[in-house]
Amino acid sequence: MLECRDITKHYGSKAAIDHVSLALEPGHIYALLGPNGSGKTTLMKMAVGLVKPNEGGFYYDNQPIDKDSRKAVSYMPTEAYFYDWMTAEDVGKYYSDFFEDFSMERYQYLLKQMELDPKKRTKALSSGMTAKLKVAVTMARKSRVYLLDEPLNGIDLLARDLIIRLVLEECAPDTALVISSHLVEELESVVDTAIFLKEGRVVLTGDTEKLRKEHGKSVVDLYREIYGHHEEAITC
Amino acid sequence: MEYNTASPIYLQVMDAIKRDIVTGRIKPGEKLPSVRSLAVEYTINPNTVSRVYQELENERVCFTRRGMGTFVTEDTDRIAEIKEDMAQNLVQAFLEGSHLLGLTPEEAMQLLTNYMDTENKDSRTPARTT
Repeated sequence: MLECRDITKHYGSKAAIDHVSLALEPGHIYALLGPNGSGKTTLMKMAVGLVKPNEGGFYYDNQPIDKDSRKAVSYMPTEAYFYDWMTAEDVGKYYSDFFEDFSMERYQYLLKQMELDPKKRTKALSSGMTAKLKVAVTMARKSRVYLLDEPLNGIDLLARDLIIRLVLEECAPDTALVISSHLVEELESVVDTAIFLKEGRVVLTGDTEKLRKEHGKSVVDLYREIYGHHEEAITC
Repeated sequence: MEYNTASPIYLQVMDAIKRDIVTGRIKPGEKLPSVRSLAVEYTINPNTVSRVYQELENERVCFTRRGMGTFVTEDTDRIAEIKEDMAQNLVQAFLEGSHLLGLTPEEAMQLLTNYMDTENKDSRTPARTT
């Protein structure tokens, strides 16, 4: 469905993304892996048109992506981007104004599951609650592709478990889901495909069960192997 | 459930479900959860669940009713067989492990007997001690 072909993005002389080609298929959950600065966020931002690539293009169902086909993609940025005077309820209204595939019913269900008070202002939310709100509002859209940038960062174990559980509950056979993270342990059993980005390039990608079999090690250990040379103790 | 990521996750989940079946926690003929519910329950990828159900079906542990879901076999002989197989695997793993330690099967057997004796003594009430 969503595909990028030979994408390159330069920031000054540095290539943030260097000739990357990837294709997402429905019914799969992808882990986009790599330490900070490996290009995960840049790649996601380009997929939704927030950053323009210098070379290459994005395609949706084999057609160059445009403003209509882009509607099928639901993106969750890393930053908390809500106006702080908004309540969770307002965030839902705001989203439903912007996105026609936004389901208020689903949003309310997700808020309940995440144990979030719809009347609470976003500035009063802890970082864990903000992370949950971001996931709820993103997953409440009935999209074909979900791109979640670092949904598990900086939050406690229980909130992480809850987010993973709800993401699993909401993903469907006709959707593709990408989770970027450097918390590999959390994703090991959840994703079926791993994409390892290193310095803007895809250094390894494949079915996680096959990768484990071929390399005789877990995705966590592969991560250590790929990124471990110049960075000690990366996993937190 | 904690996974040993060095071995395929679908095999570990299959074992967990088979254990539930042979111990009667899941009854013969009972409907198993939908792919999505099992994915959530075990925190695993839905494709892994499909694989689990497919393999369980191949092993005649389960069967699919079109449009209705996956069910545990009603064949109690088959369930007894599965239990037997799982027990065999345990014995095999024990003997292979002791072989790696350089023990003969007889020595391994002796170890097991001794272990069971101590366990039994430990669990007995200390009423008879002098």
